[in-house]
Amino acid sequence: MTDKTTTLSDAIASLVRDSDKVVLGAALETAIPFAATYELIRQGKRDLNMIAPISDASTDMLIGAGCVGAITGAWVGNVSGGLGHNYRRAAEKGIPNKIVINDYSNFSVGMALFAAAYGMPYAPVRSILGSGIAENPTFKKAQNPFAEKDEPVVLVPPLKPDVTILAVQRADRGGNCHFWGSNGLCQEAGLAAERVIIVANEIVDDSVIASDPSRILVPGFRVDAVCEVPAGTHPSPLTGRWLRDSAFFNDYHARSRDVDGFKAWLDEWVFDPGSPEAYTEKLGSRLDELRIKGEQLAAPANYAAE
Amino acid sequence: MADYSTQELMIIAAAREIRDGEIVFVGMRLPITAYGVARMTHAPNAVGMFEGGVVRYAPAAETLYTMCDPANQRNAAWTTGLLQVMGHLQARKVDAGFIGGAEIDRFGNINTSYIGDPAEPKVKLPGSGGAADIAAMSKRLIAIMNHEKRRLVERVDYVTSPGFLEGGSSRADAGLPDGGPSAVITDKAILRPDAQGELLLSSVHPGHSAEEVRENTGWDLKFAPDMSETPAPSAEELAALHQIDRDGFWR
Repeated sequence: MTDKTTTLSDAIASLVRDSDKVVLGAALETAIPFAATYELIRQGKRDLNMIAPISDASTDMLIGAGCVGAITGAWVGNVSGGLGHNYRRAAEKGIPNKIVINDYSNFSVGMALFAAAYGMPYAPVRSILGSGIAENPTFKKAQNPFAEKDEPVVLVPPLKPDVTILAVQRADRGGNCHFWGSNGLCQEAGLAAERVIIVANEIVDDSVIASDPSRILVPGFRVDAVCEVPAGTHPSPLTGRWLRDSAFFNDYHARSRDVDGFKAWLDEWVFDPGSPEAYTEKLGSRLDELRIKGEQLAAPANYAAE
Repeated sequence: MADYSTQELMIIAAAREIRDGEIVFVGMRLPITAYGVARMTHAPNAVGMFEGGVVRYAPAAETLYTMCDPANQRNAAWTTGLLQVMGHLQARKVDAGFIGGAEIDRFGNINTSYIGDPAEPKVKLPGSGGAADIAAMSKRLIAIMNHEKRRLVERVDYVTSPGFLEGGSSRADAGLPDGGPSAVITDKAILRPDAQGELLLSSVHPGHSAEEVRENTGWDLKFAPDMSETPAPSAEELAALHQIDRDGFWR
């Protein structure tokens, strides 16, 4: 098996380019690889087109740091605070830069990723009929050719990310990864992407992943880099590993209200630590409170063939 | 003095909109509490869906900050992907959906995207998330709003989540299936649509007057022929709510 382990810094440097279409977390409010958000900001990536259903406050941070040129998604904000202050400044005043907004709903962005993952020329979607979202200029309206009477549908083109960055509980050195709990659009976003980076809570022996192939989110042969970052999803939760740090989201919301406050927040949590290790150290005992210590194990599944 | 809060009345009014055995798209905070009350009272076989990919029978006992919190994953009926859950909407398997919003209009259209001109927005709101899909495809939509003139408006600046569009046959003409808001529950009243899709004042919460509700609505709100007072919570409903809301968050 090819060893695909690398540092997050190297993975972001070699696999994410300016102007790329990027999925960073696709499980909505859980399993968001915030460590990669911070690394994109530190490396000064520019003009990214962020594709997302909901990645909590991650997209708002990237916008404020000047990394984003376009939003292709359903929602940008801060789940604890509601509005995203950086998203508002960019959309309303062009601060720090103007952004293009391609509106989707959660289901339509999912169907667009699904279409890309499975080579469909487009996805016919009904659930955005009547919404302003259906007026997205990249969509087309059509009639269902199989219906006897008029039946409008919206044709949504495939969305093919250049890079998808996903967080998982555990992976092996080849990038084969296990995920459990709700996964939003992680599988579609992983399979649709040109390149995949896995941010693993833990790198485990190959035999652990091989023992339960049904739990694999994205197979190693589709993964380009796997990075072990134990607290890489903080402040978002990760099933069985980490609780959500809601106080952190509230603090971010309060401090990002104005540009100076946001810059001070960036210095404190992104630039000054400078690495996932230093960020983890800065969190200190706060992480101990967020770590899930209980055990509620699934029953084993028998794969024997003899 | 009533022995319940306005929010408790709203939760119980929302719970009454859920029927036994129904598949319900649940949102955070108020709707998830309403779902819990419905399960414990008149709808023990309701099924709750969360767009991130969680399906639950009994709601989680812990306070949730988001639908994807570990406590919502543990003992779930199903943890899966977004398409597997939201696909139930487009397949017309979802009976009722709950959403909130910044603005709702006379015909029940909801805006969570742009205040002002979308090209030059005065306020950029977070966007649809799954709200547009839920509004388009649930058999019934229940909207929860604060009753303010700036929120209940003649016409929304942008239709994120379609209600009855311009009223009459316009929802069907757009290709949307039957559905649309069946109830808008505010802190003062419940509005319901007439046959043309226009929201009418259906019931006024105890302690409020129909005139007060009209004054806080941004269009010329008409009264439903059978307008009444919203029934106060029963002892059974309040007991169920108190059992869920042990910390008294909603009191």
